[in-house]
Amino acid sequence: MYIKKICESLNFVKQCRKYNLGLWQCPSFLFLLTGLIIIIAMISTYLVAMKYTQPEIVALIVIAITTILFIINHFIIQSVEKLTEANRMKSEFISIVSHQLRTPLTGIKWTLNLITRKEEKVKNCHTQELKEISENNERMIKLVNDLLDVSKVEQKNISLALEKTDIKELLQKIIEEYIPMAKAKNIKINLETKMNSLPILIDKQGIEIVIRNLMDNAVKYIKKKGEVKISLIKKNKLLRFEIEDNGVGIPKNDHKNIFQKFFRSRNIMKHETIGTGLGLFIAKSIIKKSKGKIWFHSQENKGTTFWFEIPIKNKIK
Amino acid sequence: MKKILFIEDEPTIQKAISRFLEQEGYEVKNALDGELGLEIAKKMIPDLILLDLILPKKNGFEVLKELKKDDSTKNIPVIALTNLEESDNIEKVLSLGATAYLIKANYKLEEIVEKIKQVLNQ
Repeated sequence: MYIKKICESLNFVKQCRKYNLGLWQCPSFLFLLTGLIIIIAMISTYLVAMKYTQPEIVALIVIAITTILFIINHFIIQSVEKLTEANRMKSEFISIVSHQLRTPLTGIKWTLNLITRKEEKVKNCHTQELKEISENNERMIKLVNDLLDVSKVEQKNISLALEKTDIKELLQKIIEEYIPMAKAKNIKINLETKMNSLPILIDKQGIEIVIRNLMDNAVKYIKKKGEVKISLIKKNKLLRFEIEDNGVGIPKNDHKNIFQKFFRSRNIMKHETIGTGLGLFIAKSIIKKSKGKIWFHSQENKGTTFWFEIPIKNKIK
Repeated sequence: MKKILFIEDEPTIQKAISRFLEQEGYEVKNALDGELGLEIAKKMIPDLILLDLILPKKNGFEVLKELKKDDSTKNIPVIALTNLEESDNIEKVLSLGATAYLIKANYKLEEIVEKIKQVLNQ
């Protein structure tokens, strides 16, 4: 595995193509070139020193080679700077786009909100159409939010925002929000927990995103009538959340890819084309940041169980 | 009747909230930019201010800072209502004295009214 990785990193053409860079801008090529020059330089200096004994000539060769290396290193630094700048611009771009996109989406959402109220006359005219616009609107908001979450978890330096949270209460609140959607599909949601309503220190915002993503999948991928079982257990200094559904399941071949960015399982695409393939990637990144683990077991056509465990602290250090 | 000042430059959003809040029995006054917002706040002394953060003339952060500096307006609860990403700004806004930070796109109008009621202890 390790050797394979080294070989892959030596394949600079592939690396440079991946980042869409020309050869003279591509760090992996330039590093390789520097290494080669150093090796050639050492051998040739040795050979030259054998033939010509004057130290001036050897010194001149060393100066010439150092100059070449200096120039190449300059290219390397320039290209790294360019990549860093591109990364910064990407984050900036995402935050601008998210604001610019969310604003008109909110406009649509709230206007719909207003005209579908009892007090407004339009109510009986196009109820179904309005509902569809509203659903599409929510889908776009979810997509923008998912992209933002991805950009947040990709900025590895952000710290954990630990907050005192009553996890049981939070979970009950989230479940309640899913009940109308579940009812419409004839799905029961059951919560099982013996935990007390005690506040614990967790990354509340993050954990809420994880739970929502897991709930989304559980409810979305039960096709007809079913049950979502959720359990919350505190054992020693670990909090374990488990969610089981009897939905379409994940084919074995797709198990290894399920947490990858933008990955969507083949059988899921048959049932439900809506989705970004970002939810589980986000969930895993958040849990990893909380120093926890997340995994699942699944059988196609029988169902899936996802679980995560995170360490909990009772006091802020 | 409780008075609410809504400082927001986006007309669609402004209209939707104002109409909704009026139907809920609030008196709503709108301001299209930060400067105007501050001016109205000092004159009107509303019971609550809904404040967008990206505003012409004076942005929401500056408006909030000035509201909290002025004796006549410093006790008015302010809810930041924005689409700017929470993680970068929430601490800044709360430390400046805002009561809550809501991302518009994630809330229905009913939920916003609920939050207003909570802040006003209604």
